[in-house]
This record gives sequence, C-alpha cells and structure tokens, in this order.
Amino acid sequence: MNTIKKILGLVWMFLAPAIIWFLASQAIQKIAAATSLTKSNVTLQWLIILTIFTPICIGFFIFGYYAFKGEYDQLPASSQDLE
Amino acid sequence: MSFDIKPSKISLVIGASSVGTLIEWYDFYIFGMLATIISKQFFPSDAGTSALLSTLAIFAAGFIVRPFGALVFGRLGDIIGRKYTFLLTLVLMGGSTFAIGLVPGFATIGWAAPILVLILRLVQGLALGGEYGGAATYVAEHAPANRRGFWTSWIQTTATLGLFLALGVIILIRSNQGVEAFSAEWGGWRYPFWMSIILVVVSILIRMKMSESPMFTKLKSEGKTSTNPLKESFGQKANFKMVLLALFGAVMGQGVIWYTGQFYAQSFIETVCKVEFVQSRNLMLWAILFATPFFVVFGYLSDRIGRKWIMMFGMLAGIVTYRPIYQYFLDATNAKNRTEKIDLAHTVVSEKLAIVDEKVCTKLYVVQKIDTAYTDGAKFSYTKTDTLFLNDIIKDASTGSIYYTQSNAMDASKLDTIVVKLKPTKGAILDASNTQEVTIAAASLKPNIVVEKTLDDTTYWNLIWLVFVQILYVTMVYGPIAAFLVELFPTKIRYTSMSLPYHIGNGVFGGLVPFLGTLIVEFTKTTDNPAGDPLAGLWYPIGVASICLFIGVIYLTNKVDKEVMD
Repeated sequence: MNTIKKILGLVWMFLAPAIIWFLASQAIQKIAAATSLTKSNVTLQWLIILTIFTPICIGFFIFGYYAFKGEYDQLPASSQDLE
Repeated sequence: MSFDIKPSKISLVIGASSVGTLIEWYDFYIFGMLATIISKQFFPSDAGTSALLSTLAIFAAGFIVRPFGALVFGRLGDIIGRKYTFLLTLVLMGGSTFAIGLVPGFATIGWAAPILVLILRLVQGLALGGEYGGAATYVAEHAPANRRGFWTSWIQTTATLGLFLALGVIILIRSNQGVEAFSAEWGGWRYPFWMSIILVVVSILIRMKMSESPMFTKLKSEGKTSTNPLKESFGQKANFKMVLLALFGAVMGQGVIWYTGQFYAQSFIETVCKVEFVQSRNLMLWAILFATPFFVVFGYLSDRIGRKWIMMFGMLAGIVTYRPIYQYFLDATNAKNRTEKIDLAHTVVSEKLAIVDEKVCTKLYVVQKIDTAYTDGAKFSYTKTDTLFLNDIIKDASTGSIYYTQSNAMDASKLDTIVVKLKPTKGAILDASNTQEVTIAAASLKPNIVVEKTLDDTTYWNLIWLVFVQILYVTMVYGPIAAFLVELFPTKIRYTSMSLPYHIGNGVFGGLVPFLGTLIVEFTKTTDNPAGDPLAGLWYPIGVASICLFIGVIYLTNKVDKEVMD
C-alpha cells in the first residue's frame, strides 16, 4: 500500500499544474468570448476562481510531494508524533 | 484522560453550540435565497454593474472571506479560547444580518445601498468562517471518546436545519403577504433579516452561561496554548500534511456531495425541470425533514465502526447514482413522457394579451398563457411572450390598422390581424379601450417561453424521495466529519487547523458546484443541440468526489482517536 501511495503522489503532482493550466485556458477563452456588457463581470469571476484555486492546486502539489516522499506511510497517532 | 461531564450539562453544551450555529447558517442562507429581490432592491438597474456587485457579494463572501474568517477566528480561538471566539462570530453574524434588513434600497440612498450590503455580506462570510470550527471543537472537547461522533453530529444537523428554517420562514411570509407586498422596498423579504436579531440575542444569552472547553482550560492553566497557531498549523510539515490530507481526502468530497444534495438539486428542479416556486421548495423541506435525523445516526455509527468508511460510502453512492437520479428528474417532469390524458375540462388557453411597453411605446408584448391540466392532477403552464415593434413602413393610414412586426422588412402577406385585449398603460400610444384590432407578425422569431410545472402527487413524492436519498448521502459524509477533523489535530491548534480545510472544502469546492455545473453545461451547447446536456454539470461534483474518494480510501485510516486531550 505504501508503494501505491508513493506512485499516486506523482499523479497528484502532475494533476495540480494540469488543473491550473486548464482553469487559466478556460479563463482566457471565457473572458475573450464575453460581450462588452458582461466582460468586467466575467473577468472578475475568473480572477476570483484563479486566485482561489491556484494556492489550492499548489497545496495539492505539495500533498503529492509529501505522498511521494512517504510522509503518509504512517499517520500520526498522537500529538507527540506531530512535533 | 477524560473529563466527567454531567448529562444535564451535556445537553446544554450541545444545545447552546447547535442553536448558535443553526442561526448563523440561517443568516447566511436567507441572503442567498433572497438574492433576486436583494439584487433588485439594493443594486442599480444597470445590468452590468448589478451583476458585478452581485458577483462580489456571492463569490467573495463564499470563497474568499469564509476561509479568511477561518484563519482569523481560528487563531483567536486557539489563543483566547473557544467560548469567546464563537460568541464574537455570533454577534458579528447576527448584527450584520439585522443590519442588511435595515439598509434602504438603491432608489432611496443610491450607491450607498449596494456598498453597505456588500460590506455586511462580507462580514457574514467572515463570521461563518469562524463559527463552525469553534462550535465543533467546543462540543468535541466536552465529549467522551466513545461518544464524540454522536455528540458532534448535533452540530452537523445545524447546516441543514438552518436551510430548513430559512426556507420555511421565507415561504411562510411570502404566502401570507403575497408576492407583490413581499418584494416591495420595505416588504416582507426584510422580516427574515430582522428576525435574526431575536434569535441571536437568545443564543448569546445561552452561550454566555457556558464555561470554556475543559481541554482548553487545562492547556491554558498549564501555559501550553499556542502563541502562533497559524505558524504551527501551516508552517510545520507534520501538521500541515494533515491539513492537506483532511482537505483532499475528506472535506473536498464532502463539500461537493453536500452542495449537490441540498442546493444543486433544488436549483435543478426549479430552473431545469421548471417545477413551480412553492412546490420545489416544499419538496426540499420534506426531504430535509426526513433526512436530518440521519446526521445523528451516522455520527453515532461512526463511534462504533469508524468515520472513514461511512464518509467514503456517502461519496461513492453520490458518484454512482447522481446521473440516474437527475435523469429521472428530467424524465418525470418532461411533458413528452407523460402518459396521462390531458384533462380538457381544466385546460385553458388564454386570449392573447397585448401589453405596450411603458418606457418604449413602440414595443408591444403579446402574451399568451396555456395551462395544460392532466387527469392525475399535474398542471403545466406555458407563458409565451412575443416582443414586437411598431412597423411604420407598412402602416396603413387608410384603414387605421396598427402593425407590429419583428422586422421592418416583414412581408405584409405573412401578417395576421388579430383582436387582442389591451392593457392600458401610461404613455401608451395605443387606444386604451378594452379590445383593439392590431396586426402582428404571424410567427415570432424568438418567443420567450416561461414554463411552470405543478407536479402530480406520485411524481412529487418520487422527487421528495430522490432528494431525500441525496441528503442521506450528505448525512453520511457530513455527520462524522466534525469528529474526524477534531481527532486529526492537537488541542492547542485545533480550531485553526480544522477550520481552514473545512471552509475551503465547503466554501470553495462545494460553493462552486452551481457555478461550475452551469459552466460545464455551457460547454456542451452546440448549434445542433443549443440546450446542451443538462446533466453535464454533474461531472464537477462526480469528478471532485471521485478524486477525494480515491485519496481517502488509500491515505486515511479508519482508526478513531480515543485521546484528543493532547
């Protein structure tokens, strides 16, 4: 199971930038396609989405990295394990 | 180590925490449910600006301010204590909700109205971000290890009961007042906001009598509280990796299952299936009422068999059954699939009513309503509105006929002369008599059709059952999650550490279900299929829940932490 956890860590590390790329390309498409009346609103919506999801995806990448490094092989059982 | 709590105090701890959290959810929901009226009353009629401000109010409050509130109040809760922090969030939430109800409309105070409402909405988001973690931590830190899931599950019922209360209060006031009085500037829509202050005062009085969490008190007396909970929570790898695991292995999936079951379902039934306003809300009320006890059932069960598999099963059930459930919603409300006979005695095709636009007198709306009644009691109403324009080019001065077409180039041979009922309006150029002969285009290019369906009893109860099933999934993923999160983190940074993943999972991943669902449906629209695939929006919650399920199954343990006193 620990090997699977580590291999999947690589998948999460790949998935995180892929999600950012997908969202950014969607944002560019949608903003470009918006009419002059809706442009500012659509831009704001996508800016908020990108601002929020980029750090989440970075967190997902770090999660993948930790998994790959075996940090989740043994979960902590008490607070002493967290120190 | 454990603290002995008297049974009477247990009820008080749960009651005081739950009532306050319920009120906070109620306050947060009424804004969303009354968004259409709020938008009309507080925002300028200019569509672009209005949409921009509404976006800020909805997006910013849900997605930015909630996680930010989790950090601000989580830190406070880990430094000064749980009790005073969640008292503060309650005061902020109640005060801002009451104040929204007092803000005069845009017509009275202009731009100050949307700005004030926006600020107050952000305060609501901030307060909500701080409330939940405090209440869950507070109850869990009073609970014995073998009852932690059961006790904290009462807190979990509040989000759903808050929705129930908000729906119920709005429907009650709207039905008593009528739509027009309810929607007026100082109309009934403000009452739910004003009611909040009474609920909050009562809740504050109850919470004031509560003592601080025994674990936090012990930690404080030993001088072991954290001086910088943010740094300890997110700056130390050992704890940060658990925050990430909580988010991606549990809360992210829980958030989308929750929002799909309770919000996307209602929105889909109302806007895609076109079930009429009151019936779609009553349907939700019944489903919530039947499903709510299961939060406690699954909380209790999680103490016996562990938290992980209950939550994972809830996600799996959603992933597997969402598409068949929503397909049934579509099929059951589609007129083409109805096998019942049309009840001709009660089917009414109204006369065409022509209404002259009050602002642009050269514009005419021709409205016709068709009420199709079925023998099983269902009634489908279609209101078709053609927008036509005064056609001076083909105006026949000799006969005095008035021509309305959609294009000046309209061929006169394609025009129909009909007698329509005229609704006299101020500034209208038409004669304000009861009936008048006008000539309109034979076929409108793009009529606006509004559909409203009242369901027969069998379909109605089938829909209640299927919404209930979805909320049952919510109870599986949401019932044990407070205990699960509490057990992941140590007392000194618990409030901070559990609040952030909770509000990212629910506020961001869950809160985006309606927006991203609609966006995905847009992707499927083509020239051959202009309506797109109405079920495509479900791929977002299904996708997020699938990744979360996968991570949860592989990385989480099912072990219940017996010792959270550390």
